[in-house]
Amino acid sequence: MADTNEKVLLDVEGISISFGGLKAVNNFSIKIKKNELYGLIGPNGAGKTTVFNLLTGVYKPDTGRIILDGDALTGKKTIEINRSGIARTFQNIRLFSNLSVIDNVKVGLHQHHEYSLFEGVTHLGRYRRVEKEMTDKAHELLKVFELDESAEFKASQLPYGKQRKLEIARALATDPKLLLLDEPAAGMNPQETQELMDTIRFVRDKFDMTVLLIEHDMKLVSGICDRLTVLNFGQMLAEGETKTVLNNPDVIKAYLGD
Amino acid sequence: MSSFLSYLISGISLGSVYAIIALGYTMVYGIAKMLNFAHGDIIMVGAYIAFIVFTNMGLPPVVAILASVAGCTILGVLIERIAYKPLRGASSLSVLITAIGVSYFLQNSALLLFGADSKTFTSLVNIPSVTIMNGEVIISGVTIVSIAASIIVIVLLTLFINKTKAGQAMLAVSEDTGAATLMGIDVNKTIALTFAIGSALAGVAGVLLCSTYPVLSSQTGAMPGIKAFTAAVFGGIGSIPGAMIGGMVMGVVENLSKAYISSQLSDAIVFALLIIILLVKPTGLMGKKIQEKV
Amino acid sequence: MNTTSKTFRSNIITLGLVLAFYAVMEAMLKGGMLSSLMKGLLVPLCYYMILAVSLNLVVGISGELSLGHAGFMCVGAFVSAVFARTLGANLPGMVELIVAVIIGAVFAAIFGFLIGIPVLRLRGDYLAIVTLAFGEIIKNVINAVYLGVDSNGLHVSLKDVKSLGLEDGGEVIIKGAQGIGSLPRNSTFTFGIILLLITLFIVINLINSRHGRAIMSIRDNRIAAESVGLSVSKYKLTAFVISAALAGVAGVLYSHNLANLQATSKNFGYNQSIMILVFVVLGGIGNIRGSMIAAVVLTILPEKLRFLSDYRMLIYAIVLIVMMIINSAPKVVEWRKVMAEKYFKKDKKNADGGEV
Repeated sequence: MADTNEKVLLDVEGISISFGGLKAVNNFSIKIKKNELYGLIGPNGAGKTTVFNLLTGVYKPDTGRIILDGDALTGKKTIEINRSGIARTFQNIRLFSNLSVIDNVKVGLHQHHEYSLFEGVTHLGRYRRVEKEMTDKAHELLKVFELDESAEFKASQLPYGKQRKLEIARALATDPKLLLLDEPAAGMNPQETQELMDTIRFVRDKFDMTVLLIEHDMKLVSGICDRLTVLNFGQMLAEGETKTVLNNPDVIKAYLGD
Repeated sequence: MSSFLSYLISGISLGSVYAIIALGYTMVYGIAKMLNFAHGDIIMVGAYIAFIVFTNMGLPPVVAILASVAGCTILGVLIERIAYKPLRGASSLSVLITAIGVSYFLQNSALLLFGADSKTFTSLVNIPSVTIMNGEVIISGVTIVSIAASIIVIVLLTLFINKTKAGQAMLAVSEDTGAATLMGIDVNKTIALTFAIGSALAGVAGVLLCSTYPVLSSQTGAMPGIKAFTAAVFGGIGSIPGAMIGGMVMGVVENLSKAYISSQLSDAIVFALLIIILLVKPTGLMGKKIQEKV
Repeated sequence: MNTTSKTFRSNIITLGLVLAFYAVMEAMLKGGMLSSLMKGLLVPLCYYMILAVSLNLVVGISGELSLGHAGFMCVGAFVSAVFARTLGANLPGMVELIVAVIIGAVFAAIFGFLIGIPVLRLRGDYLAIVTLAFGEIIKNVINAVYLGVDSNGLHVSLKDVKSLGLEDGGEVIIKGAQGIGSLPRNSTFTFGIILLLITLFIVINLINSRHGRAIMSIRDNRIAAESVGLSVSKYKLTAFVISAALAGVAGVLYSHNLANLQATSKNFGYNQSIMILVFVVLGGIGNIRGSMIAAVVLTILPEKLRFLSDYRMLIYAIVLIVMMIINSAPKVVEWRKVMAEKYFKKDKKNADGGEV
């Protein structure tokens, strides 16, 4: 899958961050190729979510640089980074819980479907046309995740597994180049996880997406990831093809020693 | 020059009272992560207690001060227990509206109990005034007591937080409530203690405030409360020395603008300052950025 | 289960209620069935409803707390009153009123913008305290201002009438704490209802637009909203400014219902802002129709129950505390959920999304 000739989409070099003297992430580098499914694994507290927060501008890295598709993203704000093409989901699901399922997706579509505040307040001009476009697009996305039936439910009424899917749908709605998934299978049963794997593969193929995911479920990781990076105590422990990495004695030790 | 000096000194005196009030805001904000809107009104209740004990019952000033402090402490703890504790874990909007409800409750209870007419508060401080610069500048007894009180409070509070177990628990809760719980700290107790200390300080502030400006009504605490909050923001919310410095600055700015610009607009100037601070340095002089967990 | 048509139906009910209210009141008025007290309340009912709906935009839809709503109303009232006495003095009544509404809304919006910019980037608590301060300042400043007009234009002073330095024939408009007199008193119940309908049109349309969704998504989860590229301060500011503008409109209705306008703590002070907040809280935060109903009930009830008037504000305080504990205290919410499931047997699968 990972052909060396393929274009590098995300190029991160040597990013670090400390909190109160503690190095949460130290000298982290990663190169993800276009259309790749890349896994970031490691024991609890290894700094995986912190890497996501660095990539999405929640934290500013102390050192290093982040380049996405030729654009330097280092030090940019979360919203700018999203507009440059990185979308994410959260480990502890963050939906717009009082909005309907479809409105959650429409918020994701927000930036690419415009009409003015005046048109919004009066429902004149482009309002009807653009809203219809958004509704159609949102239904299309919801269908991919089999959420279309629940489109009018409040997001908080969805069962856990569907909430995770809705977060992915919302992230995809922003039309990203790179999708970051933070423990997408957390709290899912084996069957749901299997479905999720199929969905992620489907998303990669259908939307021509590049995916970086954090995951604990080794079945999911070995099932779908092309390559992996292993973090331990904020340090990179190993990287490479999934099979090779998972057989690496250091990695096995880090996991069993956890 | 001498008149400037007296304005400055009375500004510092007022600032000392603001500092004591600001400490209450800053501690509660730092530990319970809420803006206790009712803090200013606890000051008013403290002043009424002192007024009743001293003027109506004719007991000595010390008794009046102790009664005020004790009354405020109990009130603060009760408010926390009845109104705020049930809402722990609720949205900050709900907590804020509740706090406003409590503030409004105290104001209007006082209005019903003591009437709309303001009372003339007899100063509880009977220390003679001091004259300096050949009698050109007079420093009143209240001024001396206010400044001394704020210094004593700061020193005691700093010692308490750094040297006692309960103080360390407060620090831990303000840093990370979850981690503090894991370390076996009783968060509920710590928050209650914070309210007790903050409210006790409000009792002291009430006596000092009304000894300086002898008008007592149900609205007495509201404005000083907001100004002291401004002081806490200016110094950096959550920071004890910040509250002290913020209070001083606020008192001096208010007094000087009263003297040299317009007494009617001095409040407006103080609040304009708040807006400027929020615009330029929202974390205040000594505050740290609060980072939300993602 | 289709919420789109459900919201549509709900909006129709809201508009229908307003029209029904108007029809009943107007019929009773024509039939001479309204007491003079009730007649005097017709226009106030309209501006209180506008205030309640517009504050709900900030508190319920945007999830921020403004305690200066009466301050924005004050801006709209005074700006429009000055207009009525100067440029608008020679205009026909209706034209004057319409222009006054626009001017009042624009000025209140400008103030909302100036206050919102520094504050809305910060935690919600700051907005509460700054708007509270703003409400008090604007009242203080207006009480200190003297404004006069003569052939040279407007004169302003913070001292007294004399220092305005008006030439003979010049006219004093704002006399400090005495306020503005000789106002046209040309607002009517019908005009008030029209303004209320416009307010509802704006607020309801906004909620059902991409801007409204953005505002509500920020309320629900700021971090997630940023992660999908929304500018938090821009949308919070949008809600806040629109709300301020609508409060300004209410102020215009207020000032055009009086012969003499003064800024006191009763009409534009903290108490007034709290009362509007009580409308919103009692009617249900985020519930537009509820806040209108609460505004009507809480305006008429105290007039009918005079003996309660001393305790009115105390009751408001208790309403705020009790409503919050009933609606938001985690334990009470949990208990209500259990009760609801027990008695209505709803097999909703609820899943909460971890810590915040």
